[in-house]
Parts: sequence; structure tokens; C-alpha cells
Amino acid sequence: MAVSQTRNLGLPLINLLRLKGVPILQQLHLEERLLRTSSDNWCIINDGTIDPTIVMGVSGKPQELLEIESILRDDIPVIRRFTGGGTVIVDQGTIFVTFICNKDTVPGLQSYPQPIMSWSSLLYKKVFQGIGDFRLRENDYVLGDRKFGGNAQSITKNRWVHHTSFLWDYEISNMGYLKLPKRAPEYRQARDHLEFICRMKDYISRSSFIDSTIEAVGSEFLLRSAELEDAHCTLGSKFEPSSRLLRKQELGEAIFKSLTASQS
Amino acid sequence: MSSKLWAARAASYLKISFQYRGFATVIKDLKYADSHEWVKVEGNSATVGITDHAQDHLGDVVYVELPDEGAEVKQGASFGAVESVKATSDINSPISGKVVEVNTKLSDSPGLVNASPYESGWIIKVEINDADEVKSLMDSDQYSKFCEEEDAKH
Repeated sequence: MAVSQTRNLGLPLINLLRLKGVPILQQLHLEERLLRTSSDNWCIINDGTIDPTIVMGVSGKPQELLEIESILRDDIPVIRRFTGGGTVIVDQGTIFVTFICNKDTVPGLQSYPQPIMSWSSLLYKKVFQGIGDFRLRENDYVLGDRKFGGNAQSITKNRWVHHTSFLWDYEISNMGYLKLPKRAPEYRQARDHLEFICRMKDYISRSSFIDSTIEAVGSEFLLRSAELEDAHCTLGSKFEPSSRLLRKQELGEAIFKSLTASQS
Repeated sequence: MSSKLWAARAASYLKISFQYRGFATVIKDLKYADSHEWVKVEGNSATVGITDHAQDHLGDVVYVELPDEGAEVKQGASFGAVESVKATSDINSPISGKVVEVNTKLSDSPGLVNASPYESGWIIKVEINDADEVKSLMDSDQYSKFCEEEDAKH
């Protein structure tokens, strides 16, 4: 009912939630709750997360994707998130932007992976106009042929989430925790991490990126500023998010699996 | 590979132009939900999967999240998910009942959902509670029309 009334103003309403330094697990739980129990549209921007954390997609296998011994040695948390896609290591240099929408919110958009991905790239194209050679390459945001934004989605019957982790900056040493993934886009051409990714800070300031993103969102939606308390108020208390921290025991078992796999 | 891709390649090889009109396969005796799952009811037993239209739009399936045997499913509610590209997409049950079997082949071969969505890509078998629930689903002609209308709107 509320959505159709606001569309009479021409643009669909979206709640804009600006966060800073929120732990990534907390952000993922919030997103999953809003996807499953809210009927509003949301744009969440989390400017950096506090501790370096590895985040795998829903079906990620630690033994294939991670240098587990280093991770256990250095006590790096590993999370399995509710969306699909690959593995990232996030920290204070990562900027997260998330869209959570009802399936009929964007006129003419089918809620399937590729259309949502294309729609998002058109939005970010506005952000990078005149700044760099931005495009969507397979399912990544690239400047030239280097990835700076990784995407993932979750699609339910009536809503979808599209979230992006942007590499505004990164620590070279952190990339050492990630193996070269088996499933990689063709354009990667077996490049290792440091040859494949780039830093957004070489193109745009942190505040300019966030301000331009908000402006781009404002060109397609009617923005309504929200606070974290607003988001928590709308949430159903029974829902249990599925994104979780992997236990050290699980990571240890994964090492065992990789050893037995290599011996067979 | 999807029928759309084959049609495009054939047209290119034969140097003819064609307009893709969304000829996803629809099987006559199945029933269909508007969230693009199919169900085959045989007595009080039902088999459930996702349609050719769904697998074509989702892309290559790399993982299927299956429910446990014995789990209850409810008509219209999600019971599992498929992962394709970078997305997890809910699979919603067209029928209520108890899961009696899951297609364990999908663990090693999730691509069966793309290659054979109505046969070897089946997802769960259900002991159904109420056969009358099927009446609220679409038949093959209604579902074909539904898919055409949905694709035309976007």
C-alpha cells in the first residue's frame, strides 16, 4: 500500500542508512533481516569495517579458497555470508553499499541475477562518469581491466539484495590469506590478486565516492534518511540470520579435508 | 545450454535473423507456481523442481541448498536455494507436505538443474498433505502465457 502511494510522486521511496565502521557480520545480519522481514526499500552504506575479516559466499569451501594455516595463526575471522559469489577480505579500507528492494520497485527490472547486476552498473556508471574507465565486466566492477568492486545477491520471491564491497584501499599482506579461486571470471586470466585488483583511492576520494553514490541513488529513488534504530524497529524478532562466523574447529577440519583430498 | 543460446547459434550458422520470443520448455502434465517451480503429483506423492524458464534466467547453477529429509514444506514458502552467478535464489514449494527424498545428485552435479530441469534436475519429493492445493497452481498453457507476459513486461 505505502509503496504504491509513494510511487505516485514519481520515484520509489528508499531508506538511506549510513553507517561507519560497523562490523561486517552485524551488517550482514541486518541485511538478511531487512530482506526477509521488512517491506521497505533500503540503501545501506557502511564506510569501512573495523577488523580485517574474510567473507566467503554461501557455498564457499575454506579448503579451496583460503590459506587456512595462516588464517588460524593470525586469528583472522572467517564468515560465511547468505549471498552467493566469491571470497573477499574486508577491513577499514572497504566501503560497502547495499540495495534491498521489493521486486517491483525498479520499473521494468526482472528480479534475476543478470538484470539486477546490469541495473546496478548503470547506477555506478553515473558515479564514475569522467573519473575512470568504469564498467561491469562479467559480474565485477572494474576500472580498466582491474576489479575494485565485488558483487553478490540474494533473491527471494518478492525482494532482492544486491551488495557490493568496494576496495577503496587494501593491505597487500591481507591478500595473502586468499588462494587463487578455481571459479574465476575469464577476464581475470589467472592473474594473482595484486595484478587483478586496484584501489579506488587512486581515482576518487572516500567522501566523493559516498556523496556521488547517494546522488546517483537519489536520481532513481526518493531518499529518506534512516538511523540504525529505525532499521531495528521494523524487524521481526523471530528471524534467525544464516550468515555466521566459522568456528576454528571447522577451519581445522577443512585443513584435514584438503590434506586427504591431495593424498587421494 | 539454454534453448535461447542454441537458437541464436543455429540462426547465426544458418545466417538467418530471428527474434527470441522466450521459448522455454513447458511440460504438459505438470503444475506450475508463479515463482517458477513445477510439481508432478502422483497420488499423495509429489516431485518438485524449477522450470526451464527459471534455470534459463538464473544462469549456470553452481550449488543447490537442499532441505533435510523429514522437513515440512509449505505452499508458497521457501525450502531451499540455488546459487548461480553471484546470487542465491530461493526455491519456493508449490505444495505443502513432508520432504521424503532430496536429489542428492545435485550436490556433486548442480548443473543438472540447468541441463534437465524437469527430469534428472528434480529437487525434492514430498508426501503431500492436501491434493486440493494443486488447484491453485497453473497448468502448462497458463504457465506459458504467464512467462510470455512476464518477459514482455520487462
